Amino acid sequence: MNRQAFNALLSEAHTRNDYSALIDLVPYARLIGIECLRLGDDMVFRLPAQADNIGNPVLPALHGGVIAGFMEHAALLHLLMFMGSAHLPKTIDFSVDYLRAGHYRDTFAQCQVWRQGRRVANVAITAWQTTQTEPIATARAHFKVDES
Amino acid sequence: MNKNPLVQRAERFLSALRHCQVLGMQVEAADKKGLTLRLPYSEKIVGNPETGGIHGGAITTLMDTTCGISTVCFLPDFEVCPTLDLRIDYMHPADPHKDVYGFAECYRVTPTVIFTRGVAYQDDPAQPIAHAVGTFMRLGSGAHIKSGFPEGKA
Repeated sequence: MNRQAFNALLSEAHTRNDYSALIDLVPYARLIGIECLRLGDDMVFRLPAQADNIGNPVLPALHGGVIAGFMEHAALLHLLMFMGSAHLPKTIDFSVDYLRAGHYRDTFAQCQVWRQGRRVANVAITAWQTTQTEPIATARAHFKVDES
Repeated sequence: MNKNPLVQRAERFLSALRHCQVLGMQVEAADKKGLTLRLPYSEKIVGNPETGGIHGGAITTLMDTTCGISTVCFLPDFEVCPTLDLRIDYMHPADPHKDVYGFAECYRVTPTVIFTRGVAYQDDPAQPIAHAVGTFMRLGSGAHIKSGFPEGKA
């Protein structure tokens, strides 16, 4: 997709507050079922409870890899939306700390771009289920962003 | 593939993880040196539609699972070990239409914590797509699968 077509898609999504077209571009995001909500100037990402995302069958709890994948993709979408680049940033590294069990229920994530350089962006991601002040996981990642 | 007891234990562990079944992950090898799992390439785990490359989330899931299950190669009995933290460093993007293998070993086992490390690769383990380091918690002998999981994830 070229930049113009992407920007049209993005502004359409912003206007309608419906980001499904943007999410549908990436098969993995569809697989785990990521959603995106705009609350004022904030973007909040949602991962609805879905049985196929379960790792621990006994609790039951979401697979830690799904929680991490959700957080990584939230950061990618966050950068896309605020950079206006038509290309997905590339992940350089990704580090996640698991703080609480990710139960079989909806999960939310929010991102904070701590530094956006010309080539590299540093993003912190927080994921929670009950309340944002009790995160189930925090992560930080570096992304290679494209200048064009 | 020879079905040694470690492979069987790893397969039993993996088969209980629904999301890993959705991704079609399989045990490739398991011995005293570590565990290798295979993540088959499929369109549904693509992260970059322009190149067909696999999403980092699927690689993270592969490495979280490989590091977590590699504990069966180093512990005498089955234990549930929730992930404390996991770090993935990407060396280069994965080639599309190729399976990804995850290898992991435990390089330090203490009574409370297990330190694991591994690589994700396609053709050559010496040319990995990604390096991974993960720390796992030991919940003690009371935390067996039959008695349910205490706080923490598998």
